[in-house]
Amino acid sequence: MARAGRQQTEALTPRSARGESVRVIAQRYARERGPLLEILHAVQAEHGHIADEDVAEIADVLNLSVAEVHGTVSFYHDFRRSPAADHEVQICRAEACQAVGAADLWAATEQHFAHREDVEVREVFCFGNCALGPSASIDGRLRGHVTIDDIATAESGWSR
Amino acid sequence: MTTVWVPADSSARAVGADEVAAALAEVEGVTVRRNGTRGMLWREPLVEVETDRGRVGYASVAADGIPALLEAGMLSGADHETCIGVVDEDPWLTAQDRVSLVRIGLAEPTDIRAYEAQGGWAGLRRALDTDPTDVVEEVVTSGLRGRGGAGFPTGVKWRTVLQARQGGAEQAFVCCNLDEGDSGTFADRILAEADPFTLLEGMTIAAVTVGATEGYIYCRSEYPDAIARLRDAIAVATEHGYLGDDVAGSGRAFRLQVRVGAGAYICGEETSMLESLEGRRGEVRAKPPIPALRGLWDSPTVVNNLLSFAAIPMILADGGETYAARGVGRSRGTQIFQLAGNIARGGVFEAPLGITLRELVEDIGGGTRTGRPVRAVQVGGPLGAYLPADRLDVPMGYEELAEAGGMLGHGGLVVFDDTVDMARMARFAMEFCSVESCGKCTPCRIGSTRGVETIDRITSTPAGAEGRDQLFVLLEDLCATMTTGSLCAMGGLTPVPVRSALTHFPEDFGGSPR
Ligand SMILES: Cc1cc2nc3c(=O)[nH]c(=O)nc-3n(C[C@H](O)[C@H](O)[C@H](O)COP(=O)(O)O)c2cc1C
Ligand code: SF4
Ligand code: FES
Repeated sequence: MARAGRQQTEALTPRSARGESVRVIAQRYARERGPLLEILHAVQAEHGHIADEDVAEIADVLNLSVAEVHGTVSFYHDFRRSPAADHEVQICRAEACQAVGAADLWAATEQHFAHREDVEVREVFCFGNCALGPSASIDGRLRGHVTIDDIATAESGWSR
Repeated sequence: MTTVWVPADSSARAVGADEVAAALAEVEGVTVRRNGTRGMLWREPLVEVETDRGRVGYASVAADGIPALLEAGMLSGADHETCIGVVDEDPWLTAQDRVSLVRIGLAEPTDIRAYEAQGGWAGLRRALDTDPTDVVEEVVTSGLRGRGGAGFPTGVKWRTVLQARQGGAEQAFVCCNLDEGDSGTFADRILAEADPFTLLEGMTIAAVTVGATEGYIYCRSEYPDAIARLRDAIAVATEHGYLGDDVAGSGRAFRLQVRVGAGAYICGEETSMLESLEGRRGEVRAKPPIPALRGLWDSPTVVNNLLSFAAIPMILADGGETYAARGVGRSRGTQIFQLAGNIARGGVFEAPLGITLRELVEDIGGGTRTGRPVRAVQVGGPLGAYLPADRLDVPMGYEELAEAGGMLGHGGLVVFDDTVDMARMARFAMEFCSVESCGKCTPCRIGSTRGVETIDRITSTPAGAEGRDQLFVLLEDLCATMTTGSLCAMGGLTPVPVRSALTHFPEDFGGSPR
């Protein structure tokens, strides 16, 4: 695979604060074997998503091509390319949850939040909670035996 | 002071265990300790009170129900409608043959003293005192086959890596596959959360045997609790000298780290996992070369499922023959069955291979949670067959299930009642493949999308309408192409659930021409 040489940008353009932070994160893992996924997780945890400028910084630190880093980012469902919504509701759509009504829960949840732009409803395939489904994760918190009423209750606890 | 145990398992937490623990911590005279789950998930949160008789359990406790339980005398182990008696004597537990799960739920998961007291590290000590070739032969003797799905003999895999190492390979790696993406499976998660040292011991035995000094646990990102628990356990084990530069005083090194996946089912396929560990897209590699010869960074690599590693400490401590004495046909030892979906008593049940599917679903699982008749059971994950209710007498073994058109996979059973629409499940199998395909081969990537469309056309075309029969022919052609033209089992086995739905439940497709 072709690899771009180190970009000679350091002296030319001043780096943004975000760029600086991404660089520090990337450097923290750069000496490990196969550090790219670790770096992407850490950048997303810190900055909420992985922006194009982040990809360029990471590629530069790891001495990879931008295309290579971009290819990795785009392969995985977890990595987001744009900022997250204020709230995230993940519904398990896999078989064991479907056996106890996940298809209806998924449809009802999508409909419930259709009017709210600050809520992202995402499908997930299995949380490993398959004996106590339907399963959902509301703002990162896993729940079992979930009904649409539970989701509405959780929503009412959010400060708008 | 009365000690009360409340599981910190993520399924228990999903139904309120943290709230229960917090409420109990407020009660005077109570010390709350957090164990892993006992595996009886339908009873979570299962609170256990230490008494003179042993640990007495209270099932499905809710935080707001605690005052009433206290009133009833819970802290002295008094009877109550939710009381299940002494947990160790519970028939659901005593009916099991727990080899790998023997310690789950007993102690705090990272209490290394408790692990030692319960027989931990005996297998590692024996491995360190034994010639690596003999360790490998012990694992071969056990008959252990990979629990991740493919069922390849673990000892033979280790032998290949050891020989490559003895043949001059400079380095070898040991990797645990903790991607556990199959719906209906959670045994890896439960063990990692409840008894992480068993995994660490199994991996360390592998490492000292094949001469690996570095290892990775590749854990899916959907398991944050397991990730945190494993990282804690690695730190504790390192501090106590079981990992690091000098494993248990042997002078041999083994450094272990957890790496986190990023939401891709295909990264459970071992070569895709290796790509991902190396920091790339999780595209499947063509085999050969097999990972045992050229795995991580081209070095010989042991890749095993968590449950395969978890069987190893006992195999070394008690001998391969003791393990092999259990089982059926060429399926030796125990399997941790996971009872999931629409089931009354869901959880993990460890039993010798050979137990029938009907025993698991009806006797142990108690039938459906909804109380309606069982209509179908999907065995072995999303690439496994749907078996109808009249075919449940099959013994759970690799060959036995294959003969019945199914596969054991990772040991998950997903139960459906008679309201299931099997055309919808067949469509889902194709949809899942289209979403999770790594994209390397056309039959998988495009075929699955065509499969969804074709099933949609079948179910939206009235029975008897012209051209409808041709749609079934088209679907069968797609299945045949995917089966023969795919590089890995993702595309290759997706037709299995689809065809089993068509074969056993044609009425759900508005009647098929067959
Ligand atoms: C699509 C696909 C997904 C897989 N997912 C997993 C998984 O999540 N966990 C696992 O241990 N093995 C999984 N496997 C099997 C692995 O490729 C491999 O056989 C296994 O990790 C080897 O370990 P074992 O011999 O101990 O089973 C998967 C295979 C395929 C084709
Ligand atoms: S069958 Fe599917 S998942 Fe497997 S290598 Fe081909 S495209 Fe990738
Ligand atoms: S299938 Fe939904 S949590 Fe496993």
